Amino acid sequence: MNKEKKIIKIESVGLVKTQEFTFDSFKLESGEKFGPVTLAYETYGCLNSERTNAILITHALSGDAHAAGVHQGQDNPGWWDEFIGPGKAIDTEKYFVICSNILGGCKGSTGPTSINPKTAKPYALDFPLITINDIVNAQKRLIDYLGIEKLLAVVGGSMGGQQVLSWLVNYPHNLASAVPIATTIKHSPQQIAFNEVGRQSIMADENWKSGNYYESTAPVKGLAVARMIGHITYMSDKSMAEKFGRVKKEAQEPFKFTADFQVEGYLRYRGDNFVKRFDANSYLYITKAMDNFDASGGWPFQTVLQGTSVKVLVIAFKSDWLYPAYQSKEIVKACKLAGVETTYCEIDSTYGHDAFLLEVEEESHLLKHFLKKVLYAYEVTGEYGA
Amino acid sequence: MAHKNIQLDHAVILDLIKPESSVLDLGCGNGDLLYLLIKAKRARVQGIEIDEQAIYKCVAKGLNVFHGDVDSGLAEFNDKSFDYVVLNQSMQQILHVDKVLADALRVGKRVIVGFPNFAYYKSRLQMFFKGKAPVTESLPYQWYETPNLHFLSILDFKKYCRAKKINIECQVCIGENHKVLFLRNLFAQVGIFLISK
Repeated sequence: MNKEKKIIKIESVGLVKTQEFTFDSFKLESGEKFGPVTLAYETYGCLNSERTNAILITHALSGDAHAAGVHQGQDNPGWWDEFIGPGKAIDTEKYFVICSNILGGCKGSTGPTSINPKTAKPYALDFPLITINDIVNAQKRLIDYLGIEKLLAVVGGSMGGQQVLSWLVNYPHNLASAVPIATTIKHSPQQIAFNEVGRQSIMADENWKSGNYYESTAPVKGLAVARMIGHITYMSDKSMAEKFGRVKKEAQEPFKFTADFQVEGYLRYRGDNFVKRFDANSYLYITKAMDNFDASGGWPFQTVLQGTSVKVLVIAFKSDWLYPAYQSKEIVKACKLAGVETTYCEIDSTYGHDAFLLEVEEESHLLKHFLKKVLYAYEVTGEYGA
Repeated sequence: MAHKNIQLDHAVILDLIKPESSVLDLGCGNGDLLYLLIKAKRARVQGIEIDEQAIYKCVAKGLNVFHGDVDSGLAEFNDKSFDYVVLNQSMQQILHVDKVLADALRVGKRVIVGFPNFAYYKSRLQMFFKGKAPVTESLPYQWYETPNLHFLSILDFKKYCRAKKINIECQVCIGENHKVLFLRNLFAQVGIFLISK
């Protein structure tokens, strides 16, 4: 084996495979019974014999179960590969890492693209309106199935962070620590507004046909525009200026209103790419779940957290204007008032909301030491959170 | 004092804190004092610190720390959330000292304050003979780069406590590497007070 190959082996979890877990049915927050439900998931590392080293990673809007390593025949590593692997922040030599595609998603878990057993056709809009809590309740079934009573940590950014908060509120006895990153207790009108423009863009596409497009052309134009808007909100003014400036594209087309600037080309490229891997109905369902989410359930958040022994690490990014730091500080404030053991850091990043995927060094440092502390507390006292 | 290889002010504060207490350190820096408090006193600790790099050092020590400024960080705690609130070498850098001290006395059952004594004899000599703003071991900054916003003496702080009806439970004044027991306002570089309301 040559040296180069060795290095790759040390840094990556290597070849991984997505697995499936199916359960009959469960009750949604709306009261409706729904099933069967399949969750696509991946695991990295080994569960120890005490089953105390499991970490659940929750993904963001467009994420999937493939968080780390590579799939057979593919070059692209998972979406959080820089954080998960041997010797990395979430060290797969120490921890057993789980990531599942959310309920309502389109990457192997049951969602609007799945076949409705009653009609033998894709659910489309017959798929029920789901919530972040429903997504988490389904994840809990998977964690139970894997034989894990108590997770060492639940870690996630953006919508992943909403799921972390849902775990913290709904299953405080089933986790030792929670790491909500660049997220919020509930969406602000501005966040709802951006999501609504994305949804309207999809629904305005003539190919959307009230969601019944699975046997014809998908509403790719609408979905691409939704994604373009998304990408604008994920970057900062500064990161866009640094990445594109006002540089014009090399090849200019002889039409009016073509993509002259690099930033236009980038957004179109991102939009066009997204439609190849994402379902428009899933986009509608998931963004709606994000908008409807309120971790506090209408109560002051500190009263919901009262008495929990879960340790919390909250991370925000200075240039993130989609999930601004003040929203993370709201979480921190509630933790303070509830007497929850909490650490908060606002990382000085210019990447905007995307920073949670990109600020590897600082975020890794925080995660690594925080997880070490949580695991150590368990090893010393035999009890998490003691 | 049985603590070796520890900064003198940290050793003094360590002696003031009862074992297994809860401690909030405002302006905890790299977290050295909080780390000592865990090791020596089995204290439950929380820090607040404005400097991002210092936050990373605290986290590496396994400490709970909030990234934020002291001026706004206290208001969000319930009354008597901690046995002690510590303001060591940070009070003189706070914008609204009066408000923060009142809040610290609300959030903590007791407050420990440590600050450089502006009336230290070397400062007085520099002022008197050289006619310059003092630069000493405990006030090491030039006037144009100092983070200190307030300059006070041990006497000033005592007068303040009297006026605000704050109890001084204990005071320890330290010089270069020893406690100062007489003419403290003249010979002490640093005053450390245990106060309560």
